[in-house]
Amino acid sequence: MNTQTTNTKKQTLTSQELFLRRHRIRHRSITACRFLILFVFLFIWELSAQMKWIDSFFFSSPSLVLKCFLDMLYDLSFFTHTGVTLLETLISFVILFFICMAVATLLWVSPLLSEIMEPYLVILNSLPKSALAPLFIVWLGTGLKTIVVAGISVALFGSIISLYTGFMQVDAEKLKLIRTLGGNKKDAFIKVVLPASIPVILSNMKVNIGLALVGVIIGEFLAARRGLGYLIIYGSQVFQLNMVITSIIILCFIAVGLYQIIQFLEHMYKKSRGGRHF
Amino acid sequence: MVKSEFNLNITQYLYQYIFRILYFVFRIIKCKILYLTKLNQTEKSNSHNPLLFIKYNMDNILDCKDISFSYHSLTGETIALSHISFQVKKGEFLAIVGPSGCGKSTLLSIIAGLIEPELGAIVLSNNTRIGYMLQHDHLLDWRTIYKNVLLGPEINRTLTPEKEEYALKLLNDYGLYRFRNKRPGELSGGMKQRAALIRTMMMDPELLLLDEPFSALDYQTRLLVSADIGTIIKEAKKTAILVTHDLSEAISLADRVIVLSQRPATIKSIFDIKLTKLEEGPLAARNAPEFKGYFKKLWEEFQCDN
Repeated sequence: MNTQTTNTKKQTLTSQELFLRRHRIRHRSITACRFLILFVFLFIWELSAQMKWIDSFFFSSPSLVLKCFLDMLYDLSFFTHTGVTLLETLISFVILFFICMAVATLLWVSPLLSEIMEPYLVILNSLPKSALAPLFIVWLGTGLKTIVVAGISVALFGSIISLYTGFMQVDAEKLKLIRTLGGNKKDAFIKVVLPASIPVILSNMKVNIGLALVGVIIGEFLAARRGLGYLIIYGSQVFQLNMVITSIIILCFIAVGLYQIIQFLEHMYKKSRGGRHF
Repeated sequence: MVKSEFNLNITQYLYQYIFRILYFVFRIIKCKILYLTKLNQTEKSNSHNPLLFIKYNMDNILDCKDISFSYHSLTGETIALSHISFQVKKGEFLAIVGPSGCGKSTLLSIIAGLIEPELGAIVLSNNTRIGYMLQHDHLLDWRTIYKNVLLGPEINRTLTPEKEEYALKLLNDYGLYRFRNKRPGELSGGMKQRAALIRTMMMDPELLLLDEPFSALDYQTRLLVSADIGTIIKEAKKTAILVTHDLSEAISLADRVIVLSQRPATIKSIFDIKLTKLEEGPLAARNAPEFKGYFKKLWEEFQCDN
């Protein structure tokens, strides 16, 4: 009897180990495959450029991109252009965040206002915002202002709608609870709606940071003398495709980096709220 | 000829449209004004008019006078309550039973002042503080049990060191002191309901309104927690109104049971409950010899409705 129980215990332990091992192997092979795809792609690209299967004047090649990147590092233009784009994105993102929170709160406070504004929000949200960029240039001139406004405009209405929807999804009974404790609408918002909506706000921020970057690049295409968007447009106009592709790759890294920052915030939040769970 | 007709149509249409918009705006303004005047009225009625209270027996903590209420929607009117009147004495435990959906919760919301009755009035004896317990505990996940319990004083901006001490004392009394720094998700259903009771008791209410607070619990927990909470309320000498559709719960806890009919709810009958084993607690009261008789009578009242 005794030996039997220890036996089964041993078995469950080994099966758990087996599971962990399988999980590890799976995880590693997935990572390996991801890198493999990247390397194969770069290799074929470089090979076909070297063998003249493709014209590296139009299609560039990894070695040319690397050379261009090093040149940019060397003459410090990398830092100015990347810095300008980053700065504009962050300014847009911060302003966007505060406007969206303010408007969504206002809509939550007044159901009448939200009902009146609903069709406008829906129409403005489905409008392609890049169509507005030329207007911004006329109104605000070329420069930081236009680019920041373009960055804000892309995400603004969708973000207001999703935040407002998030606020409205809070359990109505919890709001009743606040009323039974003698609280008003302000208390309900601060004590219940806001803390309950933090996951929604964070996921909204994740989407917004990407969209702000999109808007900033659109703005820079049309109205800038510096920044990665300007570099892309300039490069394509003077047939410096190396520069274009290098800028695009830098943009990729910026997008991932910004996303990771918000992801980290979300992670910290989850840790602080659920840290003592079980 | 055709063109002018066309123009006429458009102008007519435009006028109609503008008229509609103006009418709409007018209605909004009218609603706002009505709302504001109503606010003023309720403020006035809440201010303490000494003449109003002399007329009533001071033993009564609550006087429901001819309460009627109906819900309105585009498809029609649903009468929830019609002409309900009763009094609650100080220290009494009153149970209101009725079929589900008959408007019991609406009645409690009206007593708590969350909604206005269409007809009738609620008269509370001077400065009665009301505590409300909802069907679910509604503890906030992002707060610890201790912080959840302090929600009421926080909202009323009356959070003092004494209140904090009182919260800890109540947590200790109700066996939740060990769990004060845990999140609601880590507690069992019964414990959460007890934490919700502490949150209500922190407001130091004289009148407790219990809106089926045990119905979300499983049967066993429900028996224990309802007995638990019944004892706590009796010991604290609070007045309580319990709304439930569970007859045995009502008989075991209450001094008096009001039976409501189906919608539109009216008072069908009122029973005074006197059980011999009441001092031994609500759980023992279920074994009292009179229990079965009361249950049968209430059950018959319930049945003849259908």
